[in-house]
Amino acid sequence: MFVINCPYCGERDQQEFKAGGEAHIERPKQPTELSDDEWAEYLFMRKNIKGVQYERWNHAHGCRKWFNMVRDTSNDEIKAIYKMGEKPPSI
Amino acid sequence: MGNKYSIFSLIKNALSYHENWQRAWKDPTPKKEYDAVIVGGGGHGLATAYYLAKKHNMKNIAVVEKGWIGGGNTGRNTTIIRSNYLWDASARLYDHALKIWEGLSQELNYNVMFSQRGVMNLAHNLQDVRDLKRRTHANRLNGIDAVYLSTEEVKKFCPIINTSQDIRYPVLGGTLQRRAGTARHDAVAWGYARGADEMGVDIIQNCEVKGIKRNGDTVEGLETTKGFIKTKKIGVVAAGHSSVIANMAGIRLPLESKPLQALVSEPVKPIIDTVVMSNAVHAYVSQSDKGELVIGAGTDDYVSYAQKGSHQIVEGTLNAILELYPIFSRMRMLRQWGGIVDICPDASPILSKTSIKGLYFNCGWGTGGFKATPGSGDLFAHTIANDEPHKLNAAFNLNRFVSGDLVDEHGAAAVAH
Repeated sequence: MFVINCPYCGERDQQEFKAGGEAHIERPKQPTELSDDEWAEYLFMRKNIKGVQYERWNHAHGCRKWFNMVRDTSNDEIKAIYKMGEKPPSI
Repeated sequence: MGNKYSIFSLIKNALSYHENWQRAWKDPTPKKEYDAVIVGGGGHGLATAYYLAKKHNMKNIAVVEKGWIGGGNTGRNTTIIRSNYLWDASARLYDHALKIWEGLSQELNYNVMFSQRGVMNLAHNLQDVRDLKRRTHANRLNGIDAVYLSTEEVKKFCPIINTSQDIRYPVLGGTLQRRAGTARHDAVAWGYARGADEMGVDIIQNCEVKGIKRNGDTVEGLETTKGFIKTKKIGVVAAGHSSVIANMAGIRLPLESKPLQALVSEPVKPIIDTVVMSNAVHAYVSQSDKGELVIGAGTDDYVSYAQKGSHQIVEGTLNAILELYPIFSRMRMLRQWGGIVDICPDASPILSKTSIKGLYFNCGWGTGGFKATPGSGDLFAHTIANDEPHKLNAAFNLNRFVSGDLVDEHGAAAVAH
């Protein structure tokens, strides 16, 4: 369990948040032209990194806004938090 | 068998104060080359090696394990075994395993303490009732024993359950698979390790894989902390760390690794002689032979390899347990732990070849792999030895995420494990 610093509400208990999985997976620009392999890649394949990972979180029981987080999945340490649309920090 | 366990060996060793028991498996240094190497010395990996040696006559093989055998999810699960899955492919897969469980102690000459005490799944709302009835019918069509129980029958089968209709999630009924039950998880790893070792398999502990060497689309060997091991066939059975190994080989998997928690209470006298699971409130409980209540919680929703989970998950599970079993209200919990489970988008496993020749993955068992251990090992050994899947695991290929032919067991088959 950890404390998350929501960019809109400040520090709150992790219990208020919902994890939204890997960040920066771009929706295909031309969905009709995608092959089955490309669809599988977009829909299902994940980096699932052991180490520093970029992911999305939602303050579900708070402001309900989405934001991004950089977190070390090997020890759950949060490295950085940034808003949707902002450039991801390099860690 | 050189060192067969029996009443006579027990008496013989008792006379020497049990100081002369032979080692159950050796501690070899890796050879330069093997015909096949299994990555991961948990139950599934050791079972794979066992069946490769036994049924496919591949004796020049090794299991490499970064820690100690059975120290990962094999030693962290809640030991539940059942096969009452909804879809045909899953029902056949898990029932194949259950049939092997029924004779496993005799086959391995090692008591895995398989106990067919029954697994009961509870329904708490009308949709649960419909789903469980549908699953009962599906199970029976697949030749799997399943019965639907009314609230009164649930109470009769497990009298300590609170079946009052006034609780937040009242018990409206349930299903029962009598052939289901539990087994001793450590013994499964140890029994397979001993059996495989006896047939000449090298079990190499404290040996972490650092890289997979490829020549184009063919594997050539493994870089490990104990040096390079040459091999043409690599079977990866690394559970939560499957994506880490896949990354070394340069392939992508549809997995997310998440913490799953369990806890046990202080030991008490026998109070619950079956396994009771509830999906809706996410709580399941059984009692170990030591007398501890074994309680399984849910997964956290974020990716983590830290082998710990969030407190509120455990709290939620215990709230549900206390509502269903008020008699446990003054029990004290002894230990709590987390394991890292690799979850597939369709909550079904992957037992498959990959785009790289000689590289096979057995992963994605998510929250319920223990029950499948013998079947998984058997079918994965078949897949590695023949370079083709067995008909029972053909549906569980990696390509289903491209073709769309998913085996969607999420929520469909009492998927809490």
